[in-house]
Amino acid sequence: PPPPQESVDPQKTAFLLHKAWRLYSVTPLYRFRRARLRDYARLLSAFIAAEKQKGLAVEVGVELDIKVALSSLAELRGSEMDQAALLVQLSSRSRASSRNSEDKPVWSGWFCSVFGEDLSDNLPEDFTSLPLFLSHGAESYTALVGSWFQKTFDCCFRRLAISPLNLSWMVAMWAGCKLDRAASAVELVFSVPRLAHPLDISYAIHPEDAKALWDTVQKTPGEITQEEVDVFMDCLYAHFHRHFKIHLSAAKLVKVSTAVASAHCDGIVKILHSQYLPGVLMLLTELAISQIQ
Amino acid sequence: HLAASLPLPSERDHLRPRIDLVVFMIDIKSKYSLKNVETSLAHVDASFFLGKVCFLVTGVGRVNACSIETNAICKLGKTYCSPVLFCELELEGIRVATAQRLLRMLEVCAGHIPGVSALSFVSLMRNSDDD
Repeated sequence: PPPPQESVDPQKTAFLLHKAWRLYSVTPLYRFRRARLRDYARLLSAFIAAEKQKGLAVEVGVELDIKVALSSLAELRGSEMDQAALLVQLSSRSRASSRNSEDKPVWSGWFCSVFGEDLSDNLPEDFTSLPLFLSHGAESYTALVGSWFQKTFDCCFRRLAISPLNLSWMVAMWAGCKLDRAASAVELVFSVPRLAHPLDISYAIHPEDAKALWDTVQKTPGEITQEEVDVFMDCLYAHFHRHFKIHLSAAKLVKVSTAVASAHCDGIVKILHSQYLPGVLMLLTELAISQIQ
Repeated sequence: HLAASLPLPSERDHLRPRIDLVVFMIDIKSKYSLKNVETSLAHVDASFFLGKVCFLVTGVGRVNACSIETNAICKLGKTYCSPVLFCELELEGIRVATAQRLLRMLEVCAGHIPGVSALSFVSLMRNSDDD
């Protein structure tokens, strides 16, 4: 795949960093028109208000007006072939507070596609491909926004889980990233199955050691193969076994954390470094597309 | 007879009946199980690889818990000229069907089916896209 473009404007994408985003895959949107973002915002706002009238408890006991804003983020894409990202923001203004009080953001979600040509290449007209959806905020709002999009654009949202195989790709890739300032430890969390009391094992590695290991394993810079990821992980497992006599390869890898990003098997990621944002999104787009296909 | 790994303990060699079929079980959720199978394979006599070995991959129902790449397993099957069966033990229907398949294979390997021998499995292994 083509290398990620130069880093996007950090200011515009600062809101993406250091937040836990829940991942979904989304099938292509039918008859989505960029020009109608204001209309869509109004319709979504009305939909949310109507659902609340129906008694769908979004926030119990608090009178809130939910304001909806839709915007495009042209910078968040891989190539010109990708659609610009679409950001949905829900904010609230309590009816009790004064007119001049600021809107408080309560939920945000965004659709994006970074080098998602595999999906967008063969789409019939009238379909917009934005396969990756990330949400932050109450699940109830995610459900509301999701069902409005599903009804309006005939698309389908599915939670995107991350397998241990994909998590090991992520930790190998991210541990090998060059960082200019002191990095946090590389951490892998395993859960041990079939025990009376569930056991979690956390394995923390000094970031420089992890990067040094990856550098000896990776043969071609910019390219990663499954064999290289396997060798990297096997070294980590062997080291752990030598010290603790436990075969981590028999446990389930559930979470990986590096200075670049962290990812959990339930489909939750946190991106910590703006420089590697396109790379991380490209990988997540790929996962979303393979879940859709 | 179930064993966690090979070789089998030699103390019981004289008590052991003839082995007609060896099924290597790989749990797709455990990388360790693949490594274990790979080391155990070295202890199997070459004559078994003429149809008397097969790989059984379990746990395939949960795609999101996958720790092993399917390609790696298929490559293993190709290297050792042995069939690879995929199943999900947690689903009763599949569990029963898989047991029946293995039993059928065992009958052939033990010579109970006239006219069919374990060697037939090797010739049935060729993929249509190999040509």
